[in-house]
Amino acid sequence: MATFDFLEIRHLHIDYDNLDQELLNEVIREEPSFQWCISCGCCTATCSAGNHTTFNIRRISLILRRGEVEGLEEELKKCMLCGKCTLVCPRDIQLRNVVMNIKKIILKKKTA
Amino acid sequence: MKKIVIIGGGIAGLEVSRLLLQEGFPVTLIEKSSHLGGNIRNYAYLFPDFTPSEEILKNYTSLPGNADLQLLLNTEIEKIDFSSRPYTLFSNDGIAISADSIIIATGYQIFDARLKEEFGYGIYDGVITSVEMEKMIREQHIVTPYGKAPRRIAFIHCVGSRDAKVGNTYCSRLCCITAIKQAIETKKLLPQAEIFCFYIDLRMYGLTFEELYLNAQKEYNIQFVRGRLSETSEMIDKRLIIKAEDTLIGRPLKMMTDMLVLMVGMEASNFSKQFAYHNGLEIGEHGFFKPLNQFNARGKSQKEGIYFAGTSIGPMSVAETIEHAQATALSTISYLKGKEN
Repeated sequence: MATFDFLEIRHLHIDYDNLDQELLNEVIREEPSFQWCISCGCCTATCSAGNHTTFNIRRISLILRRGEVEGLEEELKKCMLCGKCTLVCPRDIQLRNVVMNIKKIILKKKTA
Repeated sequence: MKKIVIIGGGIAGLEVSRLLLQEGFPVTLIEKSSHLGGNIRNYAYLFPDFTPSEEILKNYTSLPGNADLQLLLNTEIEKIDFSSRPYTLFSNDGIAISADSIIIATGYQIFDARLKEEFGYGIYDGVITSVEMEKMIREQHIVTPYGKAPRRIAFIHCVGSRDAKVGNTYCSRLCCITAIKQAIETKKLLPQAEIFCFYIDLRMYGLTFEELYLNAQKEYNIQFVRGRLSETSEMIDKRLIIKAEDTLIGRPLKMMTDMLVLMVGMEASNFSKQFAYHNGLEIGEHGFFKPLNQFNARGKSQKEGIYFAGTSIGPMSVAETIEHAQATALSTISYLKGKEN
């Protein structure tokens, strides 16, 4: 039954009224530049990991800003922390620091 | 002495009047309503630096007292006789006015948001236009139709602009920056509220607009969602549910909001269109008056001695309107001195 998409509507829609904003708020507190993103995609285009895997850092940031955290930890393992995304960002977002912080916060939650 | 008639008492008409009077030309200024100022009176503060619109209107307060100015309020021009020089204008109350040069500064009107029925304006109380929002900002009091401070407000860009379904395929240019201005003002008044802007493209064309956009994200935590509103519905408690696609993620998005602000675009006014039709003046494909060309004669019409000023030729900001009026004033003066035609 689970294969029928219409029964899994939660995953198809972004339901803004039932968002989990805890992680997002903590990331913004640690790295405020995270919310200045304009989704230009420079980070993804230059990404070392993204050029060899399905890793998409812009999409991950955006999904997090829409309050979705499922599968985030696993996905972020693909990042090599090379920092090229931070170098190319036209809005000067410290994206490498964002990734570091997400990892840190998730780990903190796990061990707490 | 050469006689000049200016049709329209908004800021374009006022700026042209001010300059022509300053250069010693007698001017007849005709305004269809009972007061001067026009559409700028709908806006309390102006982008990009939140200048009160009164500051602009202050430049023209001494105009009505000028002895060389004939001011005709509550007057509409219906017909112009172009057959002999000077031209003769006929008003709705039967007055005939002669003019060596006529400046058309008939401005714009805002898009009637009821035409986008699916957005719910005129159906649901929580849906308002940007002009109504500006009024609340002026009164420093933003409330929902049920009298509460809204906790979530969504601004919808491009309402009546870039939309073949309503016949306006052009970009109105100013709504993007106005949305950001109003979003910031709203956040200042309601620091607890969540504010969203739904856009197709964000067109921050002015030199300082981009930094206002960044500031909206940085200082005011305004959220931008790329996607156009598809439909609004109302809950029993009068809150609204809006649906759009978050096109950057590629999935539909559903959101409850207390208030919806439609950023209505600028249209050629009905008056201008009728006036153009009855007097054989050319209008462009978007309904605005068509200047001689788009480069060095944006204030000139196809007819000798007839000029345009301000938003009668297309959407313009306050600054652009005043600049255009200044350029038109110069063209008119050159023409009346016989240096240009």
